[in-house]
Amino acid sequence: MNAVAVVEEREKLTKKALTADHPTWCPGCGDFAVLAAFYKVLEKRQLPHESIVTLAGIGCSSRFPYFVNTHGAHFIHGRAVPLASGVSLSRPDLHVFLFGGDGDGFSIGGNHLEHGARKNIRLTYVIMDNFVYGLTKKQTSPTSPIGYRSKTDPTGAIDQPVNPIKKLVAAGATFVARTHATQINHMMQMIERAMDHDGFSVVEVLSECVEFFPGAFDAGNPRKGGTFTVIDERKWDNSPEDEARHDVTDEMAAYRLASVPFPGLFGVFFEVDRPTKNALEGKWIAEAQAKFGGASDLEILQKTFDRLK
Amino acid sequence: MLARLAGRSAQDVMTYMTIPSTISGGPSIFQVRIGSGEVLSAGDEADFLVAFHQHSYEDHIHFLREGGVLLYDSDNVQPDPNKKQFVHVGVPITGLTIEALGGSAKDKGKNIFVLGLLARIFHLDTDKFKKLISERFSGKSGDVANTALMAFQAGFAYPVGNVLSRLYRFEPGMESATEKAQVTMDGNQALAYGLIAAGVRHGAGYPITPWSSVMEILRSELPKYGGLFVQAEDELGAVSLALGFSYGGHLAVTGSAGPGISLKSEAIGWASMAEIPLIVVNVQRGGPSTGLPTNVEQSDLYQAIFGGHGDSPRAVLAAATVEDCFYVALEAARIARKFSTPVIILSDSSLATRIEAFDEPDLKTLMQDPKADLAPRAQGFRPYALEHITSHAPPGTPMRDGKYPVVTGLEHDEMGHPTGSPKLHAAMTAKRRRKLQLLAEEIPVPQVHGDPEGEALLVGWGSTFGPIHEAVTRARERGESLSALHLRHLHPLPNGLNDIFDRFKRVIVIEMNDEGLYGYGQLATILRARYCNPKIRSLTKTDGLTFRVREILEGVLK
Repeated sequence: MNAVAVVEEREKLTKKALTADHPTWCPGCGDFAVLAAFYKVLEKRQLPHESIVTLAGIGCSSRFPYFVNTHGAHFIHGRAVPLASGVSLSRPDLHVFLFGGDGDGFSIGGNHLEHGARKNIRLTYVIMDNFVYGLTKKQTSPTSPIGYRSKTDPTGAIDQPVNPIKKLVAAGATFVARTHATQINHMMQMIERAMDHDGFSVVEVLSECVEFFPGAFDAGNPRKGGTFTVIDERKWDNSPEDEARHDVTDEMAAYRLASVPFPGLFGVFFEVDRPTKNALEGKWIAEAQAKFGGASDLEILQKTFDRLK
Repeated sequence: MLARLAGRSAQDVMTYMTIPSTISGGPSIFQVRIGSGEVLSAGDEADFLVAFHQHSYEDHIHFLREGGVLLYDSDNVQPDPNKKQFVHVGVPITGLTIEALGGSAKDKGKNIFVLGLLARIFHLDTDKFKKLISERFSGKSGDVANTALMAFQAGFAYPVGNVLSRLYRFEPGMESATEKAQVTMDGNQALAYGLIAAGVRHGAGYPITPWSSVMEILRSELPKYGGLFVQAEDELGAVSLALGFSYGGHLAVTGSAGPGISLKSEAIGWASMAEIPLIVVNVQRGGPSTGLPTNVEQSDLYQAIFGGHGDSPRAVLAAATVEDCFYVALEAARIARKFSTPVIILSDSSLATRIEAFDEPDLKTLMQDPKADLAPRAQGFRPYALEHITSHAPPGTPMRDGKYPVVTGLEHDEMGHPTGSPKLHAAMTAKRRRKLQLLAEEIPVPQVHGDPEGEALLVGWGSTFGPIHEAVTRARERGESLSALHLRHLHPLPNGLNDIFDRFKRVIVIEMNDEGLYGYGQLATILRARYCNPKIRSLTKTDGLTFRVREILEGVLK
């Protein structure tokens, strides 16, 4: 008798199926474009609908999960990386996407970002960087440039801003890219490459806050007279011109490119293969379980109790 | 090892360990109390004191009762000859150990030598002892086990004579009809294994005394069960990781001591609001701030119940004994799952490090299945339905109507959409509160120890169980009308307490925390607020030590 596999016909994952609440962002906010790019990537990749998880902390951009019709969680300020790490480490069947802003990621959540990167937890983190606190209406953010006038720095920001790319590479993130919300195709490429990367992958998206920092990223937008300079990655084709291209596995080269003055470069700065915590813990679990040769949980605990008699 | 021997000999045992919070070590005290029949507290006075060093002799000689025996290392200790109320037994422990073992071991093995002495003095079962020694050192090279056995033999062979002024004989434990095997462990072990029995397979933590050993055990044990415990970068990361596990469909645990719980409290508020199940263990120590990191106190009850922002209901349980640490973990997991809520377990540093022997739990009936429920959810699924207790669809669950839920810390409607509706906030706040009211209805009314009515009722919670019950037993032997009531569920409180209180002239709440501005400890204040009953009084202390039976009796009967 032939076994007949019952395969449920999956409905195609369309933008309609992925759309949830209408975004609460201000008209013209750069985050709309990030959302559109994310829909497009999901439509293109056709992942099983129930296996996509969209998570976020707090901030304008962290409202993201409400606008995507997937399983999601809207967590507390700055702690989305460990929340997402818990989901990723315990559920290898899921595709974990994390969204947030510069305050959530680089300021209140800065420590978690470092350790998520160091541990190389498998997830994709899209940071919509607008150089300002938008939800709380214009305070200085960790990426606000020196001289930016905010409600907390009325005469101009004085503190050295974070360089997100350097911070991430130094922390041990294994995929670090930068893009611009006005460049939909480039943004999609970066998100797709990030999700294909087996490890802690981060995409910084310059996403304009039209309300509190209008024009912040015009210098990177050709339609506003700026320049959008894409990193020329090595093709490893033995051509003489390849020598001059960027080797994404070269940490020092990544720092050099990240030092280019604003608006800087766009593309993949750093990408290396390093075992994920998911894989390392999985290996440890498999080894621990192998020693018990398929014993039940009850039998394992009973053995422990027998030793405590 | 003395404790484990007693456990195996069906004798009841209780230990109390004090380790100073200095990295380089320093004097550690280890108390062991052994008895035939039930041992409830670590005891007020020592019958027998072993002193290896002069300073430990000087620090602890006052614990020895009159007529008690001082066994001291005559190579290191010079006892005060004027203290004639004690029986002094000097043994050149260091010299004899070196002599017996020779070679490179030097005086390592002194403690095992003393075990041999004690085995001789108290007529303990040497065969069981030797087996324990072999097991204890089985992981090391054969030499180590042999050396240990040699030290034991040397101690046992020393002609110490009959030094006991009283006759101590441990009746072989009543070989009860059921012949229940005993397991011997400390409170943190019991808690960790209780969590495993409860089907908890994931967790995250950050090191802090006295919680750390729970995370160490879980880190090593959980992989055997296909689970995982993660050491996080900080307390905030730990609770967030745990919530990630729980959100993923696997009820998870995090834990700490008081200062770390403070750091976790924002995320615990999220768990209340988003209605995500979570177990939070607080192994209490003296506070506030870094406080007395290695001493005992029960001063985090307010924090456990009220430590959140907003109206953030959570269940709070406290373990009474080492054995109860095991069962309280099962109860916490049951509540967390059924009510989709954070549950806080209060233990304390005296339970954490104390070793007790107790009846082996019946794992066959207790083990819980940890499987996440990813079955497809039918049309019309509402994550936050108002009319019933929330039960989440974890990620990975197919949603038949194509609508996927977002769990959230924003106030939300039944579908999880954010809302600022005043009506909905009131309705959702009530929904979250009602869960605990439903829980209160199913908690058993605690049993009164002693007469169900009388002069005074002693109310306790947590690790004061032992000394309070022993105080009641002793007072009743002397004809005093004293009873005890122990609360395991502290929030919500079980129903029916007021009826119990009504049957006593005085209700005295005994707890290891400050009497506060208005003269009442933390539980006493809560009970007075709850029952508006002026009979409820308070007996508290804050010296960082467990209650002595005598302190309770003096405080209550004065």
